Amino acid sequence: MSSTTPLLSVKDLAVSFATEDGIVRAVDEVSYTLAPREILAIVGESGSGKSVTVMTLMGLTRGVNARFGGSAVFGSTDLLTASEEELQRIRGNDIAMIFQDPMTSLDPVYKIGDQIIEQIRAHEHVSKAVARDRTIGLLDEVGIPRARERVDSYPHELSGGMRQRVMIAMALSCNPSILIADEPTTALDVTIQAQILERIKQLRDSTDTAVIIVTHDLGVVADIADRIVVMYAGRIVEQGTVDEIFYDPQHPYTWGLLGSITRLDRERPRRLPSIPGSPPSLLDPPKGCHFRPRCPHEFDRCQEVPPLEAHVGEAPGHLDRCWLSTEEKRSRREVGDGQIGLARPQETPA
Amino acid sequence: MTTGEPPSAGATPEVGTVGESGAAANGESNGSLLTVDHLKLYFPVRAGVVFRHEIARVHAVDDVTLRLRTGQTLGLVGESGCGKTTLARCLVRLLDPTDGSIKFEGRDITHASTREMRPLRSEMQIVFQDPYASLNPRKRVGQIIGTPMALHGTPKDEIPKRVRELLARVGLSPEHVNRFPHEFSGGQRQRVGIARALALNPRLIVLDEPVSALDVSIQAQIVNLLDDLQDDLGLTYLFVAHDLGVVRHISDSIAVMYLGKVMELAPAEALYAKPIHPYTSALLGAIPIPDPELNRRRVRTPLEGEPPSAIDPPTGCRFHPRCTHATDVCRAVEPPLMQYADGHFAACHHPQNVTAAEIAGATRSEMSPLSAGESDGSASDARSDGSASDDRSAEPPPADGRPAGSADDVRTDEAPPAVGSTE
Repeated sequence: MSSTTPLLSVKDLAVSFATEDGIVRAVDEVSYTLAPREILAIVGESGSGKSVTVMTLMGLTRGVNARFGGSAVFGSTDLLTASEEELQRIRGNDIAMIFQDPMTSLDPVYKIGDQIIEQIRAHEHVSKAVARDRTIGLLDEVGIPRARERVDSYPHELSGGMRQRVMIAMALSCNPSILIADEPTTALDVTIQAQILERIKQLRDSTDTAVIIVTHDLGVVADIADRIVVMYAGRIVEQGTVDEIFYDPQHPYTWGLLGSITRLDRERPRRLPSIPGSPPSLLDPPKGCHFRPRCPHEFDRCQEVPPLEAHVGEAPGHLDRCWLSTEEKRSRREVGDGQIGLARPQETPA
Repeated sequence: MTTGEPPSAGATPEVGTVGESGAAANGESNGSLLTVDHLKLYFPVRAGVVFRHEIARVHAVDDVTLRLRTGQTLGLVGESGCGKTTLARCLVRLLDPTDGSIKFEGRDITHASTREMRPLRSEMQIVFQDPYASLNPRKRVGQIIGTPMALHGTPKDEIPKRVRELLARVGLSPEHVNRFPHEFSGGQRQRVGIARALALNPRLIVLDEPVSALDVSIQAQIVNLLDDLQDDLGLTYLFVAHDLGVVRHISDSIAVMYLGKVMELAPAEALYAKPIHPYTSALLGAIPIPDPELNRRRVRTPLEGEPPSAIDPPTGCRFHPRCTHATDVCRAVEPPLMQYADGHFAACHHPQNVTAAEIAGATRSEMSPLSAGESDGSASDARSDGSASDDRSAEPPPADGRPAGSADDVRTDEAPPAVGSTE
């Protein structure tokens, strides 16, 4: 991964918002890179800063109360300091975004075709007819049946899954090199979710688009991601390839996250393993490691913030933010009768 | 707590002592707390500016028969629009059924008036999906939990103590009584919603997607809490969910709904181990496994398209336009709910994961929809490979389907997203 030049490199990103109650440090010391054709998943619970991280890349968190630190370099542009004009060229054209809720992210009073045509014509000097033909092609590509008729539909005439496909078509309309998907399937049924994820994978293969997918669902991550960034309370607690995170998780929060998902392919445990407590307020986060108050393995050193470093010798790209030694981690992480997928599956599933 | 005659049944309501030890009182319904027979709920679709007239009906719940056993949990699963929430709300009479009957402890409450329902309200409570929308933002938590008690005649001076007990019971600090809902996180709010439902010592709690809006680590906490409460208080749950993940943990049996009908009903583990209905298999197959290696190995046949409209549901089996096993009989005849061994029910002409002997031994259940035809689960059709091989390696349906009117339109309506194996 590190040999290729990254498409996007985020370094020490910090975002804070001044509120009436004080300063909220939504994102702190976040660094990651995105390689071409890579699908990177950012995982975390609500309030972990995962959405703020990606919205900042698009300049969507700018405001009088927002403060930024670090850098996010795309090509030769730092997205944090770029002017609004520069950003406007990049947005949609080079980096496109799909939002969580397809019900509210389309304009209800315009036909879906016109909304996509508008975007194409905003970035390229093409005639309406050409843009319309391309729109039909795009709708077809994302799996909307009878695209030639549907292009004149209003958003309310489409189901949630279809609307999300329209969002994807719109995002792809200018052949972006990065597609950011913020919880793209959370609002959808599992059967539709499977279709949309399959579609995103196919698009990566056919168009070479790199994808950042933000989600809280580790099942989705296991299905689609190449690499994973796990966030907790504004910081990255662990990052690595999908196999590293699932088969050799290093951070106790990741263990808890992996442990609390229901596994249909396993015996059902008597009790669902869960992480006690709830995430801290970012107005007044705990000193040191943010996960400390909920962590069963906490000790005195956790009062200091652990650095995000590689601890697993054979995997230099596998970083985590925890003071425990690798041996301690490996011996302690069995959660709830070994419910986490620590061992690679041996036999082919029946 | 006011006067209330139960509509039929003749038994007098246990005024004042609604309660915990009532499990023995329901002799008639042999262990079932709530029985639902051939329940239908249609929503009218109206048109016209001056003369509003009905132009169509949404078949939200269409001939559903269920039994809720005392102290057990029935999971109710289906995609959005399948009628599961409508059914859940209808059971506690928040919606009025179009046809069929609902009996609570043998008493018919199908058409009970608001006043007749009032004493029963303390016995059946509901927890809603969205903990942000279901708590009044202007009321303090103490008021939210205390109001039902005040309305049902708990002496005023006992309420604060009981509220504190309930808060502790659901894992919140009793000092939180004076907080407003916005001061809590999503998981904590859902705990408040559960405390409110528990306030009147109910026997039945309808849980309408209680954890869908919560983070995974919090979901597990809430599910464990619900589990404990059930063990301690002997509660009966109807647990509504949109996927088969969480529901497995809490349910004794699970009903799978599609477009207003029950497709399969089975003891929880049997449903996962041996799904008989192709729709159940499809739902199970759509859930991503949180294990990258297994995901890569898994060959998937994703379910195509989306559920058709419930205004004009497909003829015959409602699932046939999306089913890989569908044949002519599925388009023409609605399959009855057949009872297989070990309390496993399924409504399908082409049952999966069962042997020919099991099919031969299956009997038509009295829970079948009244409009269902004869089963075509004839031995000739019972594919002997069904039991042995992977049920997901389904053969494609025969190409020459009899063009069956609306059903065929639905077919063309669907997206065929390249049937893809993950690898």
